Amino acid sequence: MEFWFSELHTPDVKHSIRVNKHLYSVQSDYQRIDIFETPEFGRVLALDGNVMLTERDEFIYDEMITHVPMAVHPGIKDVLVIGAGDGGVVRELTRYETIERIDLVEMDPMVVEACRAYLPSNACRLDDRRVHITLGNALKYIRRSENKYDLIIVDSTDPFGPSEGLFTLEFYGNCYNALRADGIMVNQQGSPFYKEDARAMQRSHKRIASTFPISRVYQAHIPTYAAGYWLFGFASKKYHPVDDLDTQAWLALNLRTRYYTTRLHLGAFCLPAFLEEMLREVE
Amino acid sequence: MNKKMALNQERAPIYEALERFRQMRVVPFDVPGHKHGRGNPELTAFLGQQCVGVDVNSMKPLDNLCHPVSVIREAEELAADAFGAAHAFLMVGGTTSSVQSMVLSACKRGDEIILPRNVHRSVINALVLCGAVPVYVNPEVDQKLGISLGMRREQVQKAINEHPNAVAVLVNNPTYYGICSDLRAIVKMAHKAGMMCLVDEAHGTHFYFSGSLPVSAMEAGADMAAVSMHKSGGSLTQSSLLLIGPDVHAGYVRQIINLTQTTSGSYLLMSSLDISRRNLALRGRQVFSRVEDMAEYAREEVNAIGGYYAFGKELRDGNAVFDFDTTKLSIHTLDIGLAGIEVYDILRDRYDIQIEFGDIGNILAYLSIGDRIQEVERLVSALAEIRRRCQKDSTGLLTQEYIEPDVVTSPQEAFYADKVSLPLEESEGYICSEFVMCYPPGIPILAPGERITREVLDYITYAKSKGCSMTGPEDPEILRLNVLK
Repeated sequence: MEFWFSELHTPDVKHSIRVNKHLYSVQSDYQRIDIFETPEFGRVLALDGNVMLTERDEFIYDEMITHVPMAVHPGIKDVLVIGAGDGGVVRELTRYETIERIDLVEMDPMVVEACRAYLPSNACRLDDRRVHITLGNALKYIRRSENKYDLIIVDSTDPFGPSEGLFTLEFYGNCYNALRADGIMVNQQGSPFYKEDARAMQRSHKRIASTFPISRVYQAHIPTYAAGYWLFGFASKKYHPVDDLDTQAWLALNLRTRYYTTRLHLGAFCLPAFLEEMLREVE
Repeated sequence: MNKKMALNQERAPIYEALERFRQMRVVPFDVPGHKHGRGNPELTAFLGQQCVGVDVNSMKPLDNLCHPVSVIREAEELAADAFGAAHAFLMVGGTTSSVQSMVLSACKRGDEIILPRNVHRSVINALVLCGAVPVYVNPEVDQKLGISLGMRREQVQKAINEHPNAVAVLVNNPTYYGICSDLRAIVKMAHKAGMMCLVDEAHGTHFYFSGSLPVSAMEAGADMAAVSMHKSGGSLTQSSLLLIGPDVHAGYVRQIINLTQTTSGSYLLMSSLDISRRNLALRGRQVFSRVEDMAEYAREEVNAIGGYYAFGKELRDGNAVFDFDTTKLSIHTLDIGLAGIEVYDILRDRYDIQIEFGDIGNILAYLSIGDRIQEVERLVSALAEIRRRCQKDSTGLLTQEYIEPDVVTSPQEAFYADKVSLPLEESEGYICSEFVMCYPPGIPILAPGERITREVLDYITYAKSKGCSMTGPEDPEILRLNVLK
């Protein structure tokens, strides 16, 4: 039997993964949630037909969105995580004993439920005593927060679905306001390769750059995302992601990682020429 | 809420006829010349085959809007049933055409008509067309918000007593900002004096499908109502309904409509009315109850930001604000130091959020059947950001004031009189022969036949300096006005 899950990366490009078993499928108030068992990528979480994570390559995304800011600002104590109901980002954060509080705001309770049931390797630390989960709209949550966080991680879905509000100027402005004077915001910034994705990436970079004094983009290779090539945004009020990297402090923590290293940290901010130009266009 | 509907509201006769027509694969040797889109591939690619395929002309199986006898007639009967009217006319020239047909049906040359000054320009346009004379009831003004309210009952009664020969009273139900006069009482007063009661319900379609919103014109016993289905009702732009009560002669109204209506009524517009009416009749109550909840939530959230005032039912005073349409999200902005029009521009230019209008002191976000809570969150967050980043000292900002008009001649006389063009600054004291208004909301600051005062000129200059889109005069820059010689 041929049983494949296919995702359109553009109307003209399709990425397919062979499926052993369809474990879970539900239509929540916000989106369709599916979990597949696959031979190559292990379990795969898809929202509205878009791959969110696979057991095989999620470590790249979750490590890069977490350890980059943590290695720049070791004093981070209060963290807000938006989206990320699967728990992968929280899992990485809880490895830092210096972090005192992690607030997780997820719009869709069904995502958390599904991941607790089917993706325990991601959701395993959602019950850490420092983690406080709020189920609701992130824009609404963050409007009420001022000067409260050292780090905000925006782990959203793509900018064309229910997460659209997390790519807007009003959201980034509210994040700025919710951060302390040395706070950092890191967000998943999509892919610069395909045309429509690239335009969305430019739009959100423009908005972040007009909100924060420091705004840089860094990259990672993630096989199951569009073009296999993914970007993150690093925005901050004080720290520069490269100049202020505190290598010694981070190495002293002795954390074992599979993708992130402090050497890779420096390299991740070196971008290809076409991307530098795209970013310059909107800065 | 209208009485129980008697007809089968699951039907949509125009839509059904178009579906049958499509399946017959009729060969068109009639207009329109694009022939189901084939002759205009670029347009077809842009609008879609489905859409251009039903852009067709009147023919026997599809009826004729000028003289409906089959499917259009049935659609009108269903609409009348859904809205609790004696008869309903499908309109394709916007609610402007509904308002004008309503006024033209009630008034002839020289007749007096009682109306509030904060009417839409289409009402006064109708007076230019038919030569009727306006008797203005000055609306109450909320001094803090700077908005015109409804008409007080005593003021309407006074106008009726002073002008016993007037033929009709016209009421906004509601105003752009959502404010309603005591419509039932005004209908009674008008009928007692032998006058008709006409209602501009451009912003009140949803009143017909709710138990908690203000009373609708037909339920209040009014004689005619112009209902903008395309605003809160979900049909295509430019489609509208004209409703009449049992004491109005439908055949005469049809004749009046046909004086100015196109003979090539668009089936896109008519089918959108048909399908939207079906949706409202079947699901309108639950849909609008959700819209009300959403608007109420937005009001609470906006008021929690501080500085802004999203006003609501607390404005009710039993008379000039007899009732309030809670689906309207009107927000007073002067206390954060920004004119409404400035907030309106910032929302669009920086946040990609388009709201309905901004005037001197307020903005209006229009919530209707297409809205979702996530967009409401964006609007509220953007307003919070605008306050944080753009807040200014509010001294020096004007509140919008109601300027009482000095009516010297009838709109028609002024419009057609011999006139001369003067620079704005030299026009004080002359009688204006044209309209001046901010659009939207399209409520005239000056109408033909009114005296130009210092106050009016100051207001125009201030509104222009704040970035309001001014329309009306022949001179697009509004540096000159046409005045009576």
